[in-house]
Amino acid sequence: MGLLLFPPGDDPGPDFAALVRRPREPGTEGTPSSVSSGSLPVRHGTTVAAMRYAEGVVMAGDRRATEGNLIAHRGMEKVFPADRHSAVAIAGAAGPAIEMVKLFQTQLEHYEKVEGVALSLEGKANQLGQMVRDHLPMAMQGLAVVPLFAGYDLRRQTGRIFTYDVTGGHYEEADHGATGSGGRDARTTIKLGWRPELPRDEAIELVVRALYEAADEDSATGGPDLVRGIFPVVATVTSEGYERVGDTEVAERFASLVERPSGGRPS
Amino acid sequence: MTMPFYVAPEQVMKDRAEYAQKGIARGRSLLSSIYDDGILIVAENPSRTLHKVSEIYDRIAFAGVGKYNEFDQLRVAGVRHADTKGFAYSREDVDARSLANLYAQYLGNVFTHEMKPLEVEILVAELGSGQEDDQLYHISYDGTVTDEDRFAVLGGEAESLSERFAGSYEAGWGLDQALRAAVQTLSGPDRTLGPSDLEVAVLARANGRRTFRRLGDEELERRLQA
Repeated sequence: MGLLLFPPGDDPGPDFAALVRRPREPGTEGTPSSVSSGSLPVRHGTTVAAMRYAEGVVMAGDRRATEGNLIAHRGMEKVFPADRHSAVAIAGAAGPAIEMVKLFQTQLEHYEKVEGVALSLEGKANQLGQMVRDHLPMAMQGLAVVPLFAGYDLRRQTGRIFTYDVTGGHYEEADHGATGSGGRDARTTIKLGWRPELPRDEAIELVVRALYEAADEDSATGGPDLVRGIFPVVATVTSEGYERVGDTEVAERFASLVERPSGGRPS
Repeated sequence: MTMPFYVAPEQVMKDRAEYAQKGIARGRSLLSSIYDDGILIVAENPSRTLHKVSEIYDRIAFAGVGKYNEFDQLRVAGVRHADTKGFAYSREDVDARSLANLYAQYLGNVFTHEMKPLEVEILVAELGSGQEDDQLYHISYDGTVTDEDRFAVLGGEAESLSERFAGSYEAGWGLDQALRAAVQTLSGPDRTLGPSDLEVAVLARANGRRTFRRLGDEELERRLQA
């Protein structure tokens, strides 16, 4: 690999995705175009959810990956820091989804380094949309990837959430969003418990509960695994940046949820 | 058919070197030193936006003197190299040595084959896990690489500045001490340089994954006065 210098007309600028799309870079060979995933065992990640709270946004994802009707992985992570002030969570075919996250993370950092300033939150959401759209041919073959993007907008001083569809369309949500097979249940739970300016503790509890309810209804979503000590990944993004909530704190939230007389459910 | 005039290769090289040196000497110098918790890079640069010192990767920084457009192009190529390598392999596999070699190769190539050599001198610094593992690669306009083990001075007056800085250098010194010595060396006996004339950045082990950090005017003022 030589030094990547380009004549002015061909320069990809701060676009890392365009840079690696060029042939010859190691690890970036084109994907086969005629794959049908119908009979292939492909791992799928399931439920992720995000919502706004007083200080920014909180995002959470369960840990289960499935292959058809099997549990393929019990500890998969689906919530990632995209950069210092944003987070991305994934649902859908796990392999391409994680690859997309890696590309997205590198792209944001690459832009920041080349240009000297970070992209705006809107710009980041747009970039992710383009990556999802580029993935559309694979999605048509059954390998859909649907991310969820949330971050703290430093210019507007508020948390913002974006949901996506397989075509790369991205839609800003007012207060909360969820995606994946249990996304509907998760979102309904959040909708019922959400109010503006929730404090951090309550926000974490609500999002954890949303996953709990989703796991209750959806076989592909994993609930808290007390036997193995596996809990959902929960992260907050505030003006201070991305921060993962510790497993002990998540476990405590679950404990307080389960201890309630109604088993955490309004009777 | 007309024959081109014969010019001795020694003369060609000498002329090119002179041309490059002259171009580099027109700009201000830059100094980098290892300190107890990282690597300090200080440049004399009145601009807030046209940087001489920048981040390449988690533990790698880039600094250049000479013609801005030329070293900035090299900087971007470095970021591309590091990001593609980290993306294809792993973040740990990105190292300064291979990048320094690429720069050297390119600069050497341009120096011997092109009409005009690049009027730049660049520094590639990599933060190690301990002070002994810190690396400073100084690459000059003709592609010569020097591996400096304590500090590096880039620019037209490199020799005299090196001598001056070597006098005050102490192994294992702190950031404030290194910064003050660096600023004194750059300003010389007749001038004083304030925060607004300087561009300062560090690669610090305490900074987490991305170790590169710029020191703002306020922090500089505080550190220079302390």
